[in-house]
Amino acid sequence: MNRHILSILVENQSGVLSKVSGLFTRRGYNIDSLSVGETESPDISRMTITLRRGEQDVEQIKKQLNKLIDVIKVIELKKEDSVCRELLLIKVKADIKTRADIIGISGIFKASIVDVGKESLILELTGASEKADAFIEILKPYGILECHRTGITALKRENS
Amino acid sequence: MIASDAIIKSLEREGVDIIFGYSGAAVCPIYESLRRSGIKHILVRQEQSAAHNANGYARISGKAGVCIVTSGPGATNILTGIATAYMDSVPMVIITGQVGSKFIGKDVFQEIDTVGTTASFTKHNYLVKNAKDLPKIIKEAFYIARTGRPGPVLIDIPLDIQKQQIDFNYPTTIDIRGYRPVTVGHGRQIERAIKKIKESERPVVCAGGGVLLSDASKELREFIKKVNLPTVVTLMGIGSVETNSENYYGMVGSHGQGYANRIISQSDLIIAIGTRIADRSTISQSARDTAMIHIDIDAAEIGKNLDVDIPVVGDAKNILNVLIEKTEFTVSDEWLREVREIKDSYTQGEQDYKGMNPRRAIKFVSDITDDSVILIGDVGQNQMWCARNFEIRGDRRFLTSGGLGTMGCSLPISIGAKIGAPDRTVISVMGDGGLQMLISELGVVRENGLDIKIILFNNQRLGMVRELQEKQYGKGCIHGVVFEHSPDFVKIAEGFGLKGTRVISNEEFERVFKDSLNMDEAFFIEVTVDPDFSTI
Repeated sequence: MNRHILSILVENQSGVLSKVSGLFTRRGYNIDSLSVGETESPDISRMTITLRRGEQDVEQIKKQLNKLIDVIKVIELKKEDSVCRELLLIKVKADIKTRADIIGISGIFKASIVDVGKESLILELTGASEKADAFIEILKPYGILECHRTGITALKRENS
Repeated sequence: MIASDAIIKSLEREGVDIIFGYSGAAVCPIYESLRRSGIKHILVRQEQSAAHNANGYARISGKAGVCIVTSGPGATNILTGIATAYMDSVPMVIITGQVGSKFIGKDVFQEIDTVGTTASFTKHNYLVKNAKDLPKIIKEAFYIARTGRPGPVLIDIPLDIQKQQIDFNYPTTIDIRGYRPVTVGHGRQIERAIKKIKESERPVVCAGGGVLLSDASKELREFIKKVNLPTVVTLMGIGSVETNSENYYGMVGSHGQGYANRIISQSDLIIAIGTRIADRSTISQSARDTAMIHIDIDAAEIGKNLDVDIPVVGDAKNILNVLIEKTEFTVSDEWLREVREIKDSYTQGEQDYKGMNPRRAIKFVSDITDDSVILIGDVGQNQMWCARNFEIRGDRRFLTSGGLGTMGCSLPISIGAKIGAPDRTVISVMGDGGLQMLISELGVVRENGLDIKIILFNNQRLGMVRELQEKQYGKGCIHGVVFEHSPDFVKIAEGFGLKGTRVISNEEFERVFKDSLNMDEAFFIEVTVDPDFSTI
């Protein structure tokens, strides 16, 4: 089962998120990640949903989504034709001995340091999911205190 | 104009002249506006029935049915009726009252999240936030309910919104960017379908409820006659084809005729029209290795349950008209001979049952009533006795809850059907389990002087569940299906002001039923049935 990315344009109204997520629950499909926000038109929101299912199930989900009146458009994004990004905030244990190390790693990953404490650092990283995965992996030995990922947001490239 | 008046005015603009409902605190302003209008109101006895009334009314009149109920328990009671309509794709607009806007989310008296609760079994729903949006929302609701694959649409209106002042301007146009139903079938797909039918050796048509929803029975009958296609129907498709047609080969599925399922399994091409190919209409052996053309207005139904070779999305009536026009061949005599042989090999040979035989009773009802009669079966054994023994001739209709299987719906659906077609004979068939669920609706029959013939098959139990239990766990292993005390149903009917009688033999039933047809008022017949009498 491959990961599929669905980009869904919906009416920007209350209740729409619950209708979309409710559809997944009711039909027994698991959402891997979901991000939602306003688009260039304030009355339209874009939801990016990633899930792991077979082709046939994804076809069925797309059709069911299209049946929702508040859903304006459903597009499946292929990784190679689109820009996919994720935001990661991660709080890592950092004391006097390890701080410099972690700052070094952050530099390599082009992450920014957004909070410095006596015993921890909060780092911010934007990029492809794989990059976030790798960053987390490298930081693990230092001790991850908290971690939050936004899930994928994506846009289709112009020439695809 | 006060918003409640605008609501009623909007309904009038949609051609609504009857509403099924139950009043309550959260809909008082609407009821006051309704009182001052020309729209008739049918007061049900339990909110669930309002949706069933609208269901019967919609299916017979072709218009969307309308219900109004109050917030909280009014809304929760009507859920089963809405779900019943949703599963059978019946167009309906439901207006629910809601507590005042500023109280929403505070768990106040009679508050429930109606929009959240009904999201998964309405085609669409609205919580009204601005009174000025009401005309637009109502216009959209009717449009959504009636077009595409029909279904129930709910509008939840907080009490304070109903009392606000608005300028009433009913929209003349409609534009919903997320809703563009496809009605015309894709020309290229239709051509592929025709080619496929021509090339097939053993094609069979399977017609579902969508044919009736699209008012395409005439077109279907013409098409199968022109091409000489053997045709089977699903439970919901009963009524689309005349049963005495030489192209008709019964009902498919778990409770269908054996020969219908056999013909499906012998075919090399199924042309499914307006059916979602539900679990109950497919049996495990059927449709394997068989090619399939699937015509349906809902793209999501195509390929959902079975793989499809040629999908055609669109309105059945529309597509059938194109098929009639463009098809210039007939099915091979060899296949027709074969299907006739299959049918003959299943000659039912109804055993000579000595006691009261409900199947024979339905056959009798079918034989002596006219070509426009409407028969409403409830759920369970009585439903299948009806489905398998009621003949379709002319404009006859058979209504039932095929998708949700809602016990008790027959009586309120027949009320709606009778109101939708006052000149047609309406017969409600029920078991004693179903009747006891919404028995109070007998009051509505009496109150509105509705001439409905009600047939109760009383076996003092839930006959079909009894059968299921014994089949799975052995003879005598039944639990929770027997009514140790059965009321005197005839007395109850009389208590509601209806005439009725009890019969214990087919001869008696035939005499009483025949007499009842000559009365222009409701009549209740309780038929005592052997508890062991089987469904099929």
